[in-house]
Amino acid sequence: MPKNQNIKKVLVIGSGPIVIGQAAEFDYAGTQACRSLKEEGIEVVLVNSNPATIMTDKDIADHVYIEPLTTAMLEQIIIKEKPDSVLPTLGGQAALNLAMELEENGFLREQGVKLIGTTSQTIKKAEDRQEFKNTMEKIGEPCAPSMVVNNVRDGIAFTNTIGYPVVLRPAYTLGGSGGGIAHNEKELMDILSNGLRLSRVGQVLVERCIAGWKEIEYEVMRDAAGNCITVCNMENIDPVGVHTGDSIVVAPSQTLGDKEYQMLRSAALNIIDELQITGGCNVQFALHPESFEYCVIEVNPRVSRSSALASKATGYPIAKVAAKIALGYTLDEIPNAITGKTYASFEPALDYCVVKIPKWPFDKFISAKRTLTTQMKATGEVMSICTNFEGALMKAIRSLEQNLYSLEYPEFAAMDDEELQKKLYRIDDRRIFCIAEALRRHFDMKMIHDITKIDMWFLDKIAILVETETALKTRPLTRELLYEAKRLEYPDRVIASLTGRTAREIRDMRKEWGIVASYKMVDTCAAEFAASTPYYYSCYDGISEVEPDHHPKKIMVLGSGPIRIGQGIEFDFCSVHSVWAFREMGYETIIVNNNPETVSTDFDIADKLYFEPLTPEDVESIVDIEQPEGAVVQFGGQTAIKLTEALMKMGVPILGTSAEDVDAAEDRERFDEILEQCCIPRPQGDTVFTCDQALEVANRLGYPVLIRPSYVLGGAGMRIAISDDDIIAFMEIINRTVQEHPILIDKYLMGREVEVDAVCDGENILIPGIMEHVERAGVHSGDSISVYPPQNLTSRIKNVIARYTESLARALHVRGLINIQFVVYNDEVYVIEVNPRSSRTIPYISKVTGIPIVNLAAKAIMGSTIRELGYEPGLQPESDYVAVKVPVFSFEKLRGADIGLGPEMKSTGEVLGIAHTFHEALFKGFQGAGINLPQTKQMVITVKDADKPEIVGLAERFKKLGYTIFATNSTARYLVDHGVFAIPINKVEQPSPNLLDLILDHHIDLVIDTPSNGNLKSRDGFIIRRHAIETGITVLTSLDTAEALVTSLENQEEKLTAVDIAEI
Amino acid sequence: MKAFLILEDGTVFEGTGIGADKEIISEIVFNTSMTGYLEILTDPSYAGQAVVMTYPLIGNYGICYEDMESERPWPDGYIVRELSRMPSNFRCENSIQNFLSDHDIPGICGIDTRALTKILREKGTMNGMITRNENIQLEEVLPRIKAYSPTGVVRKVTRDEKKVLPGAGPKVALMDFGAKDNIARSLNARGCEVTIYPAYTTADEIIAAKPDGIMLSNGPGDPKECTEIIGELKKLYSTDIPIFAICLGHQLMALATGADTYKMKYGHRGGNHPVKDLETGRVYISSQNHGYVVDAQKMDPSVAVPAFVNVNDGTNEGLRYVGKKIFTVQFHPEACPGPRDSAYLFDRFINMMEVEK
Repeated sequence: MPKNQNIKKVLVIGSGPIVIGQAAEFDYAGTQACRSLKEEGIEVVLVNSNPATIMTDKDIADHVYIEPLTTAMLEQIIIKEKPDSVLPTLGGQAALNLAMELEENGFLREQGVKLIGTTSQTIKKAEDRQEFKNTMEKIGEPCAPSMVVNNVRDGIAFTNTIGYPVVLRPAYTLGGSGGGIAHNEKELMDILSNGLRLSRVGQVLVERCIAGWKEIEYEVMRDAAGNCITVCNMENIDPVGVHTGDSIVVAPSQTLGDKEYQMLRSAALNIIDELQITGGCNVQFALHPESFEYCVIEVNPRVSRSSALASKATGYPIAKVAAKIALGYTLDEIPNAITGKTYASFEPALDYCVVKIPKWPFDKFISAKRTLTTQMKATGEVMSICTNFEGALMKAIRSLEQNLYSLEYPEFAAMDDEELQKKLYRIDDRRIFCIAEALRRHFDMKMIHDITKIDMWFLDKIAILVETETALKTRPLTRELLYEAKRLEYPDRVIASLTGRTAREIRDMRKEWGIVASYKMVDTCAAEFAASTPYYYSCYDGISEVEPDHHPKKIMVLGSGPIRIGQGIEFDFCSVHSVWAFREMGYETIIVNNNPETVSTDFDIADKLYFEPLTPEDVESIVDIEQPEGAVVQFGGQTAIKLTEALMKMGVPILGTSAEDVDAAEDRERFDEILEQCCIPRPQGDTVFTCDQALEVANRLGYPVLIRPSYVLGGAGMRIAISDDDIIAFMEIINRTVQEHPILIDKYLMGREVEVDAVCDGENILIPGIMEHVERAGVHSGDSISVYPPQNLTSRIKNVIARYTESLARALHVRGLINIQFVVYNDEVYVIEVNPRSSRTIPYISKVTGIPIVNLAAKAIMGSTIRELGYEPGLQPESDYVAVKVPVFSFEKLRGADIGLGPEMKSTGEVLGIAHTFHEALFKGFQGAGINLPQTKQMVITVKDADKPEIVGLAERFKKLGYTIFATNSTARYLVDHGVFAIPINKVEQPSPNLLDLILDHHIDLVIDTPSNGNLKSRDGFIIRRHAIETGITVLTSLDTAEALVTSLENQEEKLTAVDIAEI
Repeated sequence: MKAFLILEDGTVFEGTGIGADKEIISEIVFNTSMTGYLEILTDPSYAGQAVVMTYPLIGNYGICYEDMESERPWPDGYIVRELSRMPSNFRCENSIQNFLSDHDIPGICGIDTRALTKILREKGTMNGMITRNENIQLEEVLPRIKAYSPTGVVRKVTRDEKKVLPGAGPKVALMDFGAKDNIARSLNARGCEVTIYPAYTTADEIIAAKPDGIMLSNGPGDPKECTEIIGELKKLYSTDIPIFAICLGHQLMALATGADTYKMKYGHRGGNHPVKDLETGRVYISSQNHGYVVDAQKMDPSVAVPAFVNVNDGTNEGLRYVGKKIFTVQFHPEACPGPRDSAYLFDRFINMMEVEK
């Protein structure tokens, strides 16, 4: 079936801000789909509230709306742009839900707009629990049986029909409290009666327990003619019970025979056919490990995180094909872009093994529970490819950048056997290391299997890695042993430490013995057909397929690795744009990255893609074979910057700002010298190593002070200390990991924070704009609401900022990008931090000013001057639009994490509000971030004493908006004393009715709670904030955010205006 | 134990010996299936060949004897990158290492199977030797390797005695040219009474048994070598008995009715080949194992017309005989290993027989 000629203009809905569970994979999918549509001559309208994405570039779509993802806004855009079709299957659940609403309220029909890629019936059948169950029953595909019961008797009766064990989930209790697994009638009675009591509505869901079964996923494609194929299947190493996004996953499945494989494949095709999906779909199964019994866990009738992984694992571009199917093409009409010889109706055959490991934020949220459950907690993931499973696992571990290069984990090594065995029962992010330690101590593998339910095949692979480790420790390092260790992807540094040598010695031995990495191609077809797409992975047991070419102009771009808090999708935006800029200049580009969710690892972005860990050794192997003219590190975040020194040692020139100058910005003393030369003030400070030194410096500067380790991103480990006790506590935390560099202590100035990104050609600078933070200094810039152009700076201050930026860029000999953070305190500008590299704000400022900063920076790096690029140096004129960036958090997903804002970054994503006025932009920003107020118009205020004077005015303004204010006793008394009526309410530990009741009963729509000090020690406040977040209440911990919110509510516009940023 | 794979072009791969300690010369072919190694090993169509698995990790779920597609493995040799030392599956009864040794099949592991596959893809299927002899003289063995040709393989794999699988439905005569068990099982599961005949049973004997339909199975080797069988098929063609044929059976029927077959550069072996039903336009993913193919161009359109085509390379995947209740396919609707998407063809065959009744 050829293309449907009636489709000419398509609205693509994006997925909104990055949150846990909905991350960069949708930028990848959306970008690929938009390009696929444009390739067909379709006019593309894109809407997404997330400015850090590549899809919201005017190069990707014809019309780009960075607007809140609400039905009202979508309706407005549809009326304005008049698309004939809406494609909602590439923007995750968010886009699907919006499309459903527009379909159900009749708007699409009214406007004569068609949904393509899916239908509302399909969405309903897949998403509605009951309809899904009925549909599966109809086609004979089993689901785990379950029933909602109101009493113990019914529970027992139902369980007798489905058999033990059963999972009990009380309805409406916080985070599943009161639930559990019952293995017999006695346990059932105990847990069920307790659960019924705890549930607010007296209901408990009784479900057949499938925990411990194998979890298998299939990625399936179907076209409108009914042709179905599976792209790939994947096996979770962690059995059912851990969210697939939190599981270590291998592709293809390893422990399924053909009978099981085909049984589930047929079921997946059966399901996609019944749901009449046109495009991609993901089906998750639980397979009983000791029979052919299986059940369908879930179906995602759209492109998903798993499809991004499947695309990268196989080379099959799922989103691209899904977009073509939406236009009416059938699978056998769509060419396979990798081989050029086969068609999209071909099922990929893999001749390698792929491992994905999630990247969790537990390093950022020390108090968060690390237990892995059915609620996803990871912010990102890494993928690796090798000819064997062990190698793929080893590569993935070091790709995570957590300072681990093998399965050795000191904390487990220090435990006694008994404790270690206990830890095996705990399902958390470190389980694989725990298993390795258990195997190292010769725990019985069968026992480990019984505890973890992880398949023996995987346990044996871990055992092989442990045996290799032992061999390296105890046996002479022969060529055979070294080869075997490298085949299993042991890095040189680990082999070195196990054999008592240096990494350099190991490398030299390897080279002498000819043990070097070779590169194989990902070609979708296991070499059956010739492929021309240069998508490579390394292995040690094969012949290299990379033809050494002697392209005279070859540049290596280092990517940014997994998405994590502090280093998100914005660095992929920068990497991809730099690749495009270098290609534009006629360079051959090589990208190295390991994140399957990103656009940068799409096979047609760079000339060559190496899907590899970003460690010096892995990069060096690529350099050996490619011999690039230079490498660019300034676009790939800290991950790429960390490779600078190693690249220089390999003799690869760093293009752009020199490593020495990058270092000068980080090195306290050298940087102070530069500031002095430039006559730029900075907050007083010093460097220390020990706690005594820290106390001395802090007391000399006077509290409050900022304390942080050097060379970190996203303010990791940064705290505000207000007393000696804080210093002692923070120094202890920082020094838990060995610090190679000194710790910085600065006087903390509570002023207005301002940020600038600039391009420097070595001489002149271009500042696209100045961004002003709403929250005062002390809240990490990534967690602050940021406004462009600044609303509160005088032109004198702006000029000072531009001047300082210019002198610093010159003094640091910047070529390319520089990001500077200032604090304006008592009308004086101070420099807080300088980073001569790309920053989080680049995509946002590029889009709102229309200045292609990364492109310009890439060209400046290669020698163009700003004037040659067509720009007048200096601070550029302010745009007609105001843009407000609002951070988005994923706190509700992370049990136990403290949500109080501080110098350490906690947000996972961001949205942009863009409008002609500040107030409209601000309102759009809040709306895009999901803050939809007012609802119940009842709020809780509880603030520390220092904030009390300031809260009075705010409270009064909320009152005027019709809010009823509840406050804890001291806050209430203060407010009443100052003429604002507030209802006092008991604290959490006091008798009911107390604050907690108010929150849990959904009476409240807003909580303003400022933590009592920088250390967030108050247990009470912590409990309030956690419960409020988990109940879905907006919680603000900074008075500045609260002020912005009330301002926005006061100025709420009747109608918002959609802005097409492609016209800026 | 060191082992070598020597290709007829002189390429030598060094690896580790697996299975039986013996030297073999065979035709080297590759299969891209990611699961189903036991089904592949026991597929009689591999007689006279040594199989390379492109998927690198083999033996993961061990040997589940009930998955065998015939009573023994048939390839002369087995070539893999890595064999699992820990087979893991609830049905697993043995390891693949033992299985190969038990059946006296030599093999080699630890070689770059992707590099080998690329050679076969670029230069075409060729012969090779698997040996553990470290002192081999290439100039001595290469002529021997080149000279090898798999002949008489159908006779080698077919049965001696006929066998009946009882059923209440249509009576099917299954010609065993090296049939995979799942052909008989698929028919039997649909109620057919299946009588399996040795390959060299005469047409007269089959006709005399008055079957409701005849099933021609898959099998090994060059179809043109089977002149005797082709002769008998001509007789079957001239009856009105419905016929369904798979793989070698499909090629033999084409040869019996005047078409030609030719050897492909490196064949189709795997579980991911898209075939298009030309009548409906639907595409199915199929299981395949063939080195020869029917030249559809040379088929007289008044005798048979293409029914299926390979989406990737446009080669013929099936024929519908004009004015006859005969249809034949190149791929394997019986799957095992591979996708079951085209199992509906057995239903089509049964419908055809029932209408005839």
